[in-house]
Amino acid sequence: MSRRERLVRKILGTATLCAAALPLSILIFMLILARPLLSSFSVSDLLTGSWAPLQGRYGILPMMVASFLLASCSLAVSFPVSLGCAGLIFGLTPPMLAVPLRRLVQLMTGFPTVVYGFVGVFLLVPTVRHLFHAGSGRCLLSALVPLSLMITPTMTLFFSDAFAAVPRPILLAAAAAGADPVQRFVWVVIPSARRGLAAGLVLSFGRALGDTLIALMLAGNAAQVPSGFLESARTLTAHIALVIAADLQSLEFASIFLCGMVLYVLTSCAALCAWKMRAATRKNSR
Amino acid sequence: MKRIWPWAVRCGCYAAGLWIVSGAAGVVGFVAWRGLPHLNAQLLFGDVSARDALFGGVPVFDGLWPAVLGTVALVTGAVALAAPLGLATGIYLAEFSRGRLKEVLTVFFDVLAGIPSVVVGLFGFSVSLLLHKLVSPRLGPCLLVAAFSLMILVLPYVIRATQSALEEVPQEVRLTALSLGADRVQNLVWVLLPHSLQGIASGLLLAVGRCAEDTAVILLTGVVVTAGVPRSVLDPFEALPFYIYYISTQYGSTEELERGFAAALILLGVSVSLFALAYAVRRAVGSWALYRA
Repeated sequence: MSRRERLVRKILGTATLCAAALPLSILIFMLILARPLLSSFSVSDLLTGSWAPLQGRYGILPMMVASFLLASCSLAVSFPVSLGCAGLIFGLTPPMLAVPLRRLVQLMTGFPTVVYGFVGVFLLVPTVRHLFHAGSGRCLLSALVPLSLMITPTMTLFFSDAFAAVPRPILLAAAAAGADPVQRFVWVVIPSARRGLAAGLVLSFGRALGDTLIALMLAGNAAQVPSGFLESARTLTAHIALVIAADLQSLEFASIFLCGMVLYVLTSCAALCAWKMRAATRKNSR
Repeated sequence: MKRIWPWAVRCGCYAAGLWIVSGAAGVVGFVAWRGLPHLNAQLLFGDVSARDALFGGVPVFDGLWPAVLGTVALVTGAVALAAPLGLATGIYLAEFSRGRLKEVLTVFFDVLAGIPSVVVGLFGFSVSLLLHKLVSPRLGPCLLVAAFSLMILVLPYVIRATQSALEEVPQEVRLTALSLGADRVQNLVWVLLPHSLQGIASGLLLAVGRCAEDTAVILLTGVVVTAGVPRSVLDPFEALPFYIYYISTQYGSTEELERGFAAALILLGVSVSLFALAYAVRRAVGSWALYRA
């Protein structure tokens, strides 16, 4: 090994170390800044209590429920849609339609979230208000539609990749056995891509959970446990964006770091799960 | 019964395709319908003439010009920070690490890629608190902190693009220069990097697009409604996505609302063209590039 190579190696290694320190330091910062809250309340109280800062209650349960509800419902909407779109791209429709569809889905991944929110505010919110007579019209339902639309393209691309990774011999064998395209898709492609599908689902859940702007602009931001889809709700992410302007010394301010920690832990669990699943797929295909 | 279900599956798939197409058409159509008529020079510069604003240093008060410049400055800063670090890390992962270490590091960057942008913004905000306390009380959320936070946000893109581009270099290409007597550094600089330039460029374009559209990070790290054209990296700044968000929460007049629609149209256009360019540069960009909020 020449001296130059050692030097290059050292420089690149240092850069890698710096980059790898980032996710850790984010977690540490959250922990330190949430400490005032963690030292005066027990964690279980904080995670299951209600939010009433004027009465000295800093529980983040309402925000957690809203985040979960919004993310899982938008996933429930966009999972079948993505599966259908990925099926079309995979070959249930002639290439004349499939190729433009794939292009469109790719371009849609570039739509800014703030534009989804903006369109939601001026198009969806008035519609919801008129159709359901739901107060201001800013409610879970108004946030659900754009959010599911936002996560669908990425999920579709992920599913398409998983379908494309299905070994060709299996498909040919199924075709030789007399299966038509739909039968192949349902009985061969989907089962053999199931790990990839699960990984895409988990990652999309993380994305839906982490979205800020759509929830902030459309969900209404009332800090209460929502009892229906026409109720106003505040997600963890929106809570962070709303409370950031509070007094820096207050416990209210410390609570946003707790929210940040919850989000951090959930999304990194999602990333780890997805990685595990993909690692298993790679091992199987070898 | 046997006849019906394949037909139903096909119909379901077409319905899904129709839903996504109409969703995209709805978003683009609505923004274009309301924004297109107001897309003119007055939108950018307000009552000041374009020449005065560009070359005369006349401040623009009722136009998008400061916000556009703020976004440009922000993107430049963030990508200038992310590119060297991301390239170095990607090269190290692809060429100099293997086995357990590589696996652990890859997982680290997967986790980093999954962290919601608002949490990254919160981190940036706490860094600015730290600077305020330790360095100078004059420091606070500013352009530099925002660019640093955006750097964290897009770093995984650059790393993954670099790493996978390098790993996809065919074995024959990899071995040719080595067999002619080049050492590993020469091979890297003269063969491997030029060969994977397309992949790296596409990753950088995606990073630029993500920086330009992200709102949650800058919301927490120093964006304000009126700051004028950015003059120093230690000042607060204006940005296009934040302007759009701000207009949606409070607009004083129809004029402002129209400007908001035009701004949304501009941002949508810029973002989509950056992504289109990234895909055109590298046809095979798949899901690896995109999992992040």
